[in-house]
Amino acid sequence: MTALVLDRRQILLGGVAAALAASTRARAHNGTVHVTIENLAFVPAEIEVKVGNTIEWVNKDPIAHTATVNGGWEVMIPPGAAATRVVEASDGVEYYCRFHPNMTGRIVVRA
Amino acid sequence: MKTYKVIGAGLVFLLGATFGAFAEDKPTDPQIAHIAYTAGVIDIDAAKLALSKSKNKAVTGFAQSMVDDHQAVNNQALALVKKLGVTPEDNATSQALVKDADKKRAELAKLNGNAFDRAYVENEIAYHKHVNGALKGLLIPSAQNAELKSFLQTGLKVFQGHEQHAEHVAAAQK
Repeated sequence: MTALVLDRRQILLGGVAAALAASTRARAHNGTVHVTIENLAFVPAEIEVKVGNTIEWVNKDPIAHTATVNGGWEVMIPPGAAATRVVEASDGVEYYCRFHPNMTGRIVVRA
Repeated sequence: MKTYKVIGAGLVFLLGATFGAFAEDKPTDPQIAHIAYTAGVIDIDAAKLALSKSKNKAVTGFAQSMVDDHQAVNNQALALVKKLGVTPEDNATSQALVKDADKKRAELAKLNGNAFDRAYVENEIAYHKHVNGALKGLLIPSAQNAELKSFLQTGLKVFQGHEQHAEHVAAAQK
């Protein structure tokens, strides 16, 4: 019932907070950063993580995707499923989907 | 390599002529749905040929993802036309696509080993390039229904990804 007693200012502030959250890079929440894959795009395209965080890709497309680093690691993300990777120090990289290389993403590792 | 390029160029010409048929009359939504579905079936058939002939892991991996992706996209297409109450309508473009693809598949079936692998991948690049050109230049602009248009736009992203994937496989073959 809390929602019913929110005044206009609170609703406006909520809107501003949501807008700010959407405009900044995704950061870990409880140690996990979520990346959604939908319509052949990694959203958000850029994420900020710490060593030991978990990146979870959730594939909402009906086709398989990968998160692939050229000459490095690859995570397979089946259609309608999720896959994870625990962040290592050397994971500040650009990645792409090997099946659809027009899909790209970026990982920034913060100390 | 010259032979493959000539085969590719021949297909390019045929496809240009195929989609050119609509230069004056824009295809209708039922025709567009039929063309898009047919284009997917053609690529699945080519991939099945590759899966039966190739022993190259990059080539069979690519072919398997063509089967999986085009099947998934075509399943979505069927669900969409059912929802929209659109009955896909066979047309001269779909028929020409099938005829060209049958000819191409017969050519590919005669090749083996590396010659097959290279010709298949080169053809996949040429095929996706031209279907993408038709999606961008004709099918998407002609689609009247907003959901069909949006579906084709996502399809274009999938096929553009396939074109790049095929280019990566081709680059690794050199």
